[in-house]
Amino acid sequence: MVRIDGKGNGTALVRVRNLDKKYVRGTEEIHVLQGLNLDVDAGDFVAFMGPSGSGKTTLLNLLGGLDLPTSGSITVAGDEITKLSAGSLTSWRARHVGFIFQLYNLIPVLTAFQNVELPLLLTKLSKAERRKHVETALAVVGLTDRMGHFPRQLSGGQEQRVAIARAFVADPTFLLCDEPTGDLDRKNADEIMEIIDRLVREHGKTVLMVSHDPRAAERARFVLHLDKGVLMEAAKAGAGT
Amino acid sequence: MAIPVVYNVRSVVQRWSSAIVAVLGVAGTVGVFVAMLALAQGFQATLIASGSPGNAIVRRAGADSEMVSAIALEEMRTIEDAAGVARDARGPLASGEVVVIAAFPLARTDTEANVQVRGVSPRVLDVRSNVRITAGRFFQPGLAELILGSNAIKSYEGFVLGGTVRFGGGTWKVVGVFDAGGSAFDSEVWCDANVLNEIYKRPTNIFQSVTVRLESPSALARFKDALTSDPRLSVQVDRETDYYRAQSRTLTDLIRVLGFLIALVMGVGAVFAALNTMYSAVAERSREIATMRALGFGSGAVVSSFIVESLFIALIGGVLGCLAVLPMNGFTTGTINWQTFSHLAFAFRITPGLLLRGLGFALLMGLVGGVPPAVRAVRRPVAVALRGL
Repeated sequence: MVRIDGKGNGTALVRVRNLDKKYVRGTEEIHVLQGLNLDVDAGDFVAFMGPSGSGKTTLLNLLGGLDLPTSGSITVAGDEITKLSAGSLTSWRARHVGFIFQLYNLIPVLTAFQNVELPLLLTKLSKAERRKHVETALAVVGLTDRMGHFPRQLSGGQEQRVAIARAFVADPTFLLCDEPTGDLDRKNADEIMEIIDRLVREHGKTVLMVSHDPRAAERARFVLHLDKGVLMEAAKAGAGT
Repeated sequence: MAIPVVYNVRSVVQRWSSAIVAVLGVAGTVGVFVAMLALAQGFQATLIASGSPGNAIVRRAGADSEMVSAIALEEMRTIEDAAGVARDARGPLASGEVVVIAAFPLARTDTEANVQVRGVSPRVLDVRSNVRITAGRFFQPGLAELILGSNAIKSYEGFVLGGTVRFGGGTWKVVGVFDAGGSAFDSEVWCDANVLNEIYKRPTNIFQSVTVRLESPSALARFKDALTSDPRLSVQVDRETDYYRAQSRTLTDLIRVLGFLIALVMGVGAVFAALNTMYSAVAERSREIATMRALGFGSGAVVSSFIVESLFIALIGGVLGCLAVLPMNGFTTGTINWQTFSHLAFAFRITPGLLLRGLGFALLMGLVGGVPPAVRAVRRPVAVALRGL
């Protein structure tokens, strides 16, 4: 269940309260997010839509602990991340967040296997256990035969699938997707959304996604609109229910 | 856990054109650094090799070198009879010696260079066991005959076995060649001390130093005590190796200081090259760095990673610099020995220790050139860097 009225019962996986984010550019103060409230339960798939500059990516960065709010709080699985130090926030990200970026953000000099293995290097898993996890993750995204390939040897769709495998291989609390289909053609975009959808349906992952693409957003169980820093409405999408 | 090293290695390989400036800068600096130290080491080793730990050299008290020393014949007899001096059936193993400087044309440049001519006792080969005749024979005592060091015969015009040489107002016959194991004696010319004194019209009962073979290296203290406590003598005694080490100090220190200065100036240039390479690496890879940090790699891991990369580049440069100067090992050159004002041939001496120092210097340059860019890599806000702004 997703709520934006700030009246959640406290069992939500992600709990945002009175979130404000302002930037100062020269003498101008830009109010990107204003008094935002949000409750997302575990296993939900939420899409944030809205025009450019509406604050979608800023919200995602705040939820992922990549940025700090001007005021307000974010609590994920009981941890109030807005109170964590920079070092603690980094460790928290390693344990709880899987990022999927628009431009894949794979490390070009590492193979698909090594890219997917990166988050596991921050765990206590042995080398053999890491290998097993990476192979499983790449099998889930259908790239078992591309493990030794470098990003430049993969198509855009394949790169994004590697990025998805990297995002969930360490079994994070939730996945944050920033325009995951924004750089792909329709066919590849559909394939990527199918994989993300499968992660929610079959593996119980919680996904928060920013997208301009209505067809991608259709896959989400909930679609929230963000306009001028305010969450305007919550709608239930058809495909994801 | 650290970012895998393979990331840095492959990044360097991928950006080789950018890294090559830093690699060459470090290689050149390390090459010069090692070469200068090898020069100093070679000079010092050549002089130290001239001495034997089982020998002692006696000079007049206060004389820094043989050149300014004088020991009378009766003093020499006292020294020969002192405790600790080795003896055989023919008597004590001691060599009273005199040195003069004579100018001869260098074969390579045809310019004149000073050669140290050493007048020695007929027992010198028993005293200096590292010296052996390799061609011809030893000089006949009382005759104007010369034996030439193995470097001397190669270095000077007119030094031919069986030939004659004029200097000091006399004509000398070259009767032999000796090898002194790569020591400073190899650059010298030896003859009978008494004949040398006569030809140079010096008093025949005066020597400049006396070198004795000790009963054992540990007999030095006994020998020294015997001489210094004898009221008839006013001499100073040193182990031969210590004497030659002290003789080499002025020039080796000078070469080392010059070497360090040159390496320092070049090192500053190499550090700037490394800084430039690493700053551009950080700039080009800001999105990769941000991605790693988003994944949960901490600031320390990122800083370490870029320092490792800088060290890797420096290490390649260091290895190349060492390899470039390695062929110089054993290459013979010459200089003036400032203590004797004579020409001394010696070889560059590149030891494993010197190569390790070269590599250490390379890594130091890598560290200095790597830290500021590494720190910059983690200063940029992750969210901003992820957008590639």
